[in-house]
Amino acid sequence: MKLHNISFNNLNRRKGKMIFLVLGLFIGIATIVTLLSITESMSRDIEDRLDQFGANIVMVPKSENLSLSYGGVSMGGVNYKTVEFDEARIPEIRTIEYSKNLGLVAPKVLGATSVKGKDVLLMGVDFESELALKNWWQWEGTPPAQPDELLIGSQTAATFNLAVGDSLVLDEKEFTVTSILKPTGATEDGIIIGDLHAFQGVLGKEGKVSMVEIAAFCRDCPITELVLQIAGKFPDAKVTALRQAVMSKMQSIELFKSFSYGIAILVVFIGSLLVFVTMMGSVNERTREIGIFRAIGFRRGHVMQIILLEAMVVGLIGGILGYLGGNGIALVAMPLVMKNGSFAGFNYNLGGVAVLLSVALSLLASLYPAQKASNLDPSEALRAL
Amino acid sequence: MNSTNTNPAEHEVQHLIEIRGIGKDYQDGETKVQAIKQMDFYIDDGEFVAIMGQSGSGKSTLLSILGGLNHPSRGKALLDTLDIYELSSEQRADLRSEYIGVIFQSFQLIPYLTVLENVKLPLAITGKKAKLQDKMARDVLARVGLTNKANRLPDQLSGGEQERVAIARAIVNKPPILLADEPTGSLDSNTADEILNLLKELNEEGQTIIMVTHNPDACKDTTRTIHVKDGLCYAH
Repeated sequence: MKLHNISFNNLNRRKGKMIFLVLGLFIGIATIVTLLSITESMSRDIEDRLDQFGANIVMVPKSENLSLSYGGVSMGGVNYKTVEFDEARIPEIRTIEYSKNLGLVAPKVLGATSVKGKDVLLMGVDFESELALKNWWQWEGTPPAQPDELLIGSQTAATFNLAVGDSLVLDEKEFTVTSILKPTGATEDGIIIGDLHAFQGVLGKEGKVSMVEIAAFCRDCPITELVLQIAGKFPDAKVTALRQAVMSKMQSIELFKSFSYGIAILVVFIGSLLVFVTMMGSVNERTREIGIFRAIGFRRGHVMQIILLEAMVVGLIGGILGYLGGNGIALVAMPLVMKNGSFAGFNYNLGGVAVLLSVALSLLASLYPAQKASNLDPSEALRAL
Repeated sequence: MNSTNTNPAEHEVQHLIEIRGIGKDYQDGETKVQAIKQMDFYIDDGEFVAIMGQSGSGKSTLLSILGGLNHPSRGKALLDTLDIYELSSEQRADLRSEYIGVIFQSFQLIPYLTVLENVKLPLAITGKKAKLQDKMARDVLARVGLTNKANRLPDQLSGGEQERVAIARAIVNKPPILLADEPTGSLDSNTADEILNLLKELNEEGQTIIMVTHNPDACKDTTRTIHVKDGLCYAH
């Protein structure tokens, strides 16, 4: 018979008590893991949503006399000498090293034309990517699905007295207004938006693209690196990160992370307390037993070995189950906590920390009462209830 | 009336155990209770001594002091001239492991260990090989008549059987001194007689036994009785 036989026999033959202890640890550790997993999943989800919300990189041709004002207010001075990219080169953007971080790529052609004696800016877009990128746009009617259909800015519609279903002739080609954009307060209010290839024809810019808006996912990479890589592929382009957009995204994420850390600290504290109280209570109940060991001639170190081995085993089982259970709860709870939210996956570092925390807390919580009990005179410990 | 001819100072010979001016006080709230006022006596090698007294007379406290289990408030407890309370608590643990077997009142068996494992408990810290431990424990279980109950848990045994397990555990390591606290206290008369016979046999084989009891019938086979009353002791 060795000391570890005493520990294992205790755990094995007092299963109810062991299950209770493991349950205490499980609740503590699972609570920590669940909340940390949920906050991590939420943090990732928020980052992804922010990444999809509008473009954060703009690529325009390098040109001294370029004065495109999309993104500005005045359209005056829109020139006819704009340098353009070849549309055929646009797919090259997706050949950069960090291509997995690229979301939507929305090319557009810009140019002015005259409608009923008034200058108006035309913007040819790929509607699928453009509408996904501008997910805050709202409109009357149905968005264009055919090359001869138009989306009209609210101000333009008012100026030309256009309504859904009206026809509009642009450069001798007839188009149908299928939707009118609700006021956005931005440049789009004063323009006419149509199919990229149809407008290339209207503007006489076949196969040309005036600018490209890109939505990049920046969780894992610095945006400046993405910008440099795209610029490397397009030496004739001026690639700019929309700092304001990036910074506001980062600020939102940081804010949420700070909140998550605050919650995590609180949860770790409460979970630790639960583990601590459970283990401490369990060892305190064994004061009498410790008295018997000491009376038989066990040294303090022998008693410690028995108690701490048990605490380690209980901590290990509670930690592993708590980690698995916590992740399971997070998996189920995530869609309930956040609409369309998804579980971020197993974080093995968190697993390691959870198991270590569980074992360390069990040991620490057992150490004090075991030390206290084994320091008592055995006759005093034997009187304890 | 105080301690009488049990004073070791009167004897030139070296005794196995000498109690010199031992006293034990307890604090009960704000009141100081003297469980043992002052005691002086000796016990020689091979004796079977009964310490007798009424409940609360201080006899169990005295036994725990003799076993190195309870630090006295004053006085000396000498074992082979060695003052056991001069030793550190770890050294006293080693001393108990090697020299003193204790049979506790209410048995004090470990509930989650089988009879065999309970008996092996004192051997777990000796470094003896598993096979030898098993043989020693089974031999001693045969001695107390519990061979067929080796794999039972304590709560599956009768009071008499639990007492036998407690005795087996106390003697498995062959300690020269055996302390027994009310070993027949909770047993019927037949079982009590069996236990006393077992203790007598052990004494006849050379083991020094000190037994605390409140029952005069339990003292019929002892070599000497020390009466304890109100924290003082009197020779028989």
